[in-house]
Amino acid sequence: MSGFSENEGTRQKYKLNVGKIDEGFVIDHIRPGRGLMLYHDMGLDKLDCSVAIIQNASSRKMGKKDIIKVETSIDNLNMDIISLLDHNATVDVIKNGEIISKPELPLPKEVKNIIRCKNPRCIASIEQGIDNIFVLTDVKTATYRCKYCETEYENK
Amino acid sequence: MRHLMTPLDLSVEELDELMDIAEDIKADPSKYAHACDGKVLATLFYEPSTRTRLSFEAAMLHLGGKTLGFADAGSSSAAKGESVADTIRVVSCFADIAAMRHFKEGAPMVAAQFSGIPVINAGDGGHQHPTQTLTDLITIRSTKGRLSSMRIGMCGDLKFGRTVHSLIRALLRYENISFVFISPEELKLPDYMIEELNTHGNVSYREVTRLEEALPELDVLYMTRVQRERFFNEEDYVRLKDYYILDSGKMMLAGKDMIVLHPLPRVNEIAVEVDRDPRAKYFEQVQNGMYIRMALILKLLDITV
Repeated sequence: MSGFSENEGTRQKYKLNVGKIDEGFVIDHIRPGRGLMLYHDMGLDKLDCSVAIIQNASSRKMGKKDIIKVETSIDNLNMDIISLLDHNATVDVIKNGEIISKPELPLPKEVKNIIRCKNPRCIASIEQGIDNIFVLTDVKTATYRCKYCETEYENK
Repeated sequence: MRHLMTPLDLSVEELDELMDIAEDIKADPSKYAHACDGKVLATLFYEPSTRTRLSFEAAMLHLGGKTLGFADAGSSSAAKGESVADTIRVVSCFADIAAMRHFKEGAPMVAAQFSGIPVINAGDGGHQHPTQTLTDLITIRSTKGRLSSMRIGMCGDLKFGRTVHSLIRALLRYENISFVFISPEELKLPDYMIEELNTHGNVSYREVTRLEEALPELDVLYMTRVQRERFFNEEDYVRLKDYYILDSGKMMLAGKDMIVLHPLPRVNEIAVEVDRDPRAKYFEQVQNGMYIRMALILKLLDITV
């Protein structure tokens, strides 16, 4: 779904062009540089469909932003992960080439086995078979802390 | 079945009740001498400890119960790679209640998730140490007669000092509390504790680096040791270990009713000469620690006398 070049006479001009999708969803307003992380953490690399990651797209609101376009049903998307990893990101659901909804992305109170605690002193760093659980401790700042050691999840 | 992971697992009313029971035990120990006949306490200490482990064991013995356990990770199945979850499942078959100290933060919480018996957090890394907090609270209440309207100075390692974190959380629930946090820059309170203080409307605090500056205004001075075992870098430990030393000279700056507490063991941070000062309450604190642990064991085992 992405084309990269077009010829204009003798001068070759390269242009980045990611086309519209007919059915799927677009994750927009991703903080620049975080698109690839979202791609991996959401497991989009495991989907058997077209996925485009656009990095450093120009944005009036943000200056620059990342965008991910995915040609698959929204049902395959874990919304919790998006708001956890980038609270400012938005989602557009596309059907027949049109935006049909912009679902809200509430912060989940608790997330299980999505992110791992990076505190080397945390029991989660050595104990096999336990869930990695993070709890929302401050809605205003979207702060999540490890349930076991209370270390903050750094998603800045 | 209840566990104790942080002091906040107990309501203020429950804390009061626990302290009342501890005071009653102190006044009449014989009344409680057989309260735990036939019960077994497991002390699962993955990290060396003298005071806390002996205090738990003494508490159970004075209640008529028995104890079993291990005193360091090397003499347990942890050395063979056994998980905390498996260890507590096994111990649940032998004991009625367990006290766990672990070098990893959150380990007792993992144990509680898999346990068939009540688990008490006896200290988890630099995180929490709720029974020390109960000890601190009962000592403040018994010497000052109250827990509200208190100016408390906390001095030393406020970053890794789990007793400090636990005590702050417990005191936040009382009226008119103000804190002075006295520490070197490198050992300041962690962000999550500052966050908690900031979201709490009922408390004031300030951070200073000089102990002398804070002393005159305090009702309670809570001294802590800079803990070698919390440092990845020996050089940092050596540089910071003697940053604060409370001696008789500094005690002259303090009010006549200020009390000095310390979770112990102390190294150099309180000069031995201060022990003779009637304001030094850290050995009384140890004694109170046993009584409050007796009260806690009774509560978690649902035993009334």
